[in-house]
Amino acid sequence: MWVHRKFVGFSKVRIICLIIAVLLLSGCSDQWGWYVVNPSTESGRDNLYFLLSGFYYTILLSLTAISISIITGLLIALLGLSDNKFLRTVNRTYVEIVRSVPVLVLILWVYYGLPQLADIQINVFWAGVLALALSDSAFEAEIFRAGVQSVNKGQYEAAKSVGLSYLDTMRYVILPQAVRRILPALGNQLVYMLKMSSLVSVIGMPELTRKANELVVVEYRSLEIYTILVLEYLVLILIVSSAVRWLERRWKN
Amino acid sequence: MSTIKHKNNSPPLIRMSQVSKFFGKFQVLKRISLDVKLGEKMVICGPSGASKSILIRCINQLESHQQGKIYINGTELDDSSSSAKLVRQNVGMVFQNFNLFPHLTVLENLTLGPIRARKFSKADAQDVAMRYLERVKIPEQAYKYPRQLSGGQQQRVAIARSLCMEPKIMLFDEPTSALDPEMINEVLEVMSELADNGMTMICVTHEMAFARRVADTMVFMDHGKILEKGSAEIFFESPKSERCKAFLKKIQRY
Repeated sequence: MWVHRKFVGFSKVRIICLIIAVLLLSGCSDQWGWYVVNPSTESGRDNLYFLLSGFYYTILLSLTAISISIITGLLIALLGLSDNKFLRTVNRTYVEIVRSVPVLVLILWVYYGLPQLADIQINVFWAGVLALALSDSAFEAEIFRAGVQSVNKGQYEAAKSVGLSYLDTMRYVILPQAVRRILPALGNQLVYMLKMSSLVSVIGMPELTRKANELVVVEYRSLEIYTILVLEYLVLILIVSSAVRWLERRWKN
Repeated sequence: MSTIKHKNNSPPLIRMSQVSKFFGKFQVLKRISLDVKLGEKMVICGPSGASKSILIRCINQLESHQQGKIYINGTELDDSSSSAKLVRQNVGMVFQNFNLFPHLTVLENLTLGPIRARKFSKADAQDVAMRYLERVKIPEQAYKYPRQLSGGQQQRVAIARSLCMEPKIMLFDEPTSALDPEMINEVLEVMSELADNGMTMICVTHEMAFARRVADTMVFMDHGKILEKGSAEIFFESPKSERCKAFLKKIQRY
């Protein structure tokens, strides 16, 4: 088991090195102009810094959105697990509606539509957070519901027999077990969220994708700049997924 | 002895009166009536499918009943939260599959109920927990997780967890059925000691040697009905119904 995991770790690093090496070697051909991001020149350094600075909003946006969507998702899931038929219907309706709207459409609607509808001011950051969190919460709700339902019925009975209330049962007995089981799925959602955050570039959020777009307009070197963009997401998501796997291993004990 | 005085004067700790339960149209409990007095040890036996477990699960409201009445300490159970409190204060339960909380240590398993439901401080709850762990003879396992223990040890932890709520009556739902043969005795010993110390108990079990040693009252059930109920001596020496005779003969053959 241990050996197997070690092997996966190595091969992943190797694949990344290979990709980077191919990209750098390809700089020898005529089609590539790596000078736009050449760190040994002043302008190259500036461009590189400009691209990398997008990490700030990509990470901030994704983390804020996923925190909100996990909390909302949990609440929606609890509605779905209730004995009350009306609350279960609320859960189903929410999940079905939100899940059917494409993230990009939701972003446009929240940023351009919602302010008119509700007569409020909303800035790009919070519009992005709201749209991503809304979209993700439906998936989180389904994940939590599956996790809670996977916990043995005997656990509820034991909790009841030592006098725990419904909320205490959830908080101390059921959710701690459910979360351990759904951690891989939650990790997937975080990765998904990081990638979806690139869509918020359409409303002008200065995150990774937007920065790359802006630089392409100035430098006309789309191949190199978008390649850097690919690598940025690749590195970010690989770090996140190994962090999730580390947490999984730790919680197994 | 105080138990004898209670037997005459106070209402029974548990009274079931004409209790019926249905799953859809199928009747699983048929007009069950029984009384359990303070200090009484009742053993319920019968073939599988007799609804023995469902009967005791009705007492602590893990199952609802549709007809009849159940009283604890003279108060009728209903859907109210005061009823739930009454059950929690009076009734402990030990399950066939232990149902320990796998993500908590033994000590945390024991202190969760006292801290959350009885509002004990952590230190007080731990004192109580250690006292009962000593009583079930595994204080040295306090900081382990359930999966690190043998089945017999896990069931003893489950007994201690129930005792930490200091109930007046303990329900045992086939507590040794999921255990390897060599671990059955350590659990039965703990249960016998509890009985000797005056705990009121209702046990669903097939351990007839244990029943002979501990039970005041034997109940024999089949198809959701009580077919025979009486003092243990009479039950074992001269069972009345044919069905009960056949059952005893079968399980005591070896």
